[in-house]
Amino acid sequence: MALDKNQIAKRIAKEVKNGMYVNLGIGIPTLVANYIPEGVEVVLQSENGLLGMGPFPTEDKVDADLINAGKQTITTLPGSSIFSSAESFGMIRGEHVDLTILGAMEVSEQGDIANWKIPGKMVKGMGGAMDLVASAKNIIVAMQHTARDGSSKLLKECTLPITGIKCIKKMVTDLAVLEVTGEGFRLLERAPGVTVEEIQKATEGRLIVEGDIPEVQV
Amino acid sequence: MINKTVKNAQEALQGVQDGMTFMLGGFGLCGIPENAIKELLRLGVKDLTCISNNAGVDDYGIGLLLQKRQVKKMIASYVGENAEFERQLLSGELDVELIPQGTLAERIRAGGAGIPAFFTPAGYGTEVGEGKESREFNGKMYLMEQWLKADFSFVKAWKGDTAGNLIYKGTARNFNPMMAAAGKITVAEVEELVPAGELDPNMIHTPGIYVQRIFQGEKYEKRIEQRTVRTA
Repeated sequence: MALDKNQIAKRIAKEVKNGMYVNLGIGIPTLVANYIPEGVEVVLQSENGLLGMGPFPTEDKVDADLINAGKQTITTLPGSSIFSSAESFGMIRGEHVDLTILGAMEVSEQGDIANWKIPGKMVKGMGGAMDLVASAKNIIVAMQHTARDGSSKLLKECTLPITGIKCIKKMVTDLAVLEVTGEGFRLLERAPGVTVEEIQKATEGRLIVEGDIPEVQV
Repeated sequence: MINKTVKNAQEALQGVQDGMTFMLGGFGLCGIPENAIKELLRLGVKDLTCISNNAGVDDYGIGLLLQKRQVKKMIASYVGENAEFERQLLSGELDVELIPQGTLAERIRAGGAGIPAFFTPAGYGTEVGEGKESREFNGKMYLMEQWLKADFSFVKAWKGDTAGNLIYKGTARNFNPMMAAAGKITVAEVEELVPAGELDPNMIHTPGIYVQRIFQGEKYEKRIEQRTVRTA
């Protein structure tokens, strides 16, 4: 059984350690906040200019002047701070943010990532993604292993315009947990009931399999 | 103290002309200069270059200027919420420069702070880096990026005083402080305008030196793009 979006988020949450400052991208990464284990204290950064992002507000607390990078209404927490977008990206480029979790359309075996543009079809812009992948100490990608037509998104070379080069080290897909070594995708864990052969078939880039591969515990 | 107060948006935007470059504060629809945008629509100035993180939505913010074809070039980082923008871009009607968000913020900051260029890792090895000087520092590659300046900057703050000092609220701060410093003429609109001396100098986000004209805006709509709530 492939992992669903919430299970991917749950698995990624295990990578989040006590005391980390974390930037969560839009989509599955946002769900990670729901699964951070009890006792693990993290501070969420929203790149428009907030540290200490809290949960969505109750109806009576909605404030148009308080949104996250996905333009959703949010709240602050005790200890939150607010600053300009220049300061925000200063703390990102300056490697003060410990962990970045984001989505991707394609990842290459060298760790290149493409997630901002489909030429001729979709031009939304890169937002903060290029700054984040170029500077983050530690990046985890959350994505589907294959496209709807079954074609692999884990490639020898990205086919879409690149967001950043040689920056992705770890990925959690619906099928597997992988480490990107620069020479290929090293299989660390497989989704429950999914075989190594099935993952191999869904991976166009080089898959490195060493020893027994345990199942993801979610 | 120098008094920067003008009566309204009409007076604040005097001197605005076709073909000018503007910076407009805001992230999404949060912290946008609503009154200045309305006045730009009324004036009908065209062939504009607009620098703003986003391009509004179809029927609000900078989206309104796009609808009326007043914008020739847009410099932004993310335009996903505006279908009309995407249409004009894909059809080639609109010239667009998409810039990584942190680079955009820093280019604007550099413009206001007198730094003509700087190096950033964002975009190295991507199409953003095409035609730009790159250089290695400590084994990592960086792109040279240049400052941005504007003929007019339109910013929005929560409170301001007659000396032009500004205080923002929440994440409505975003690009406003850098833009305030990078405009030849900076027009600040505020929800509440008070006499100089009423704001605590320790709490000022944007010092009045950057602001040439200030007025109290009318009827802030503060539209919310993604109203997300939880049940109590």
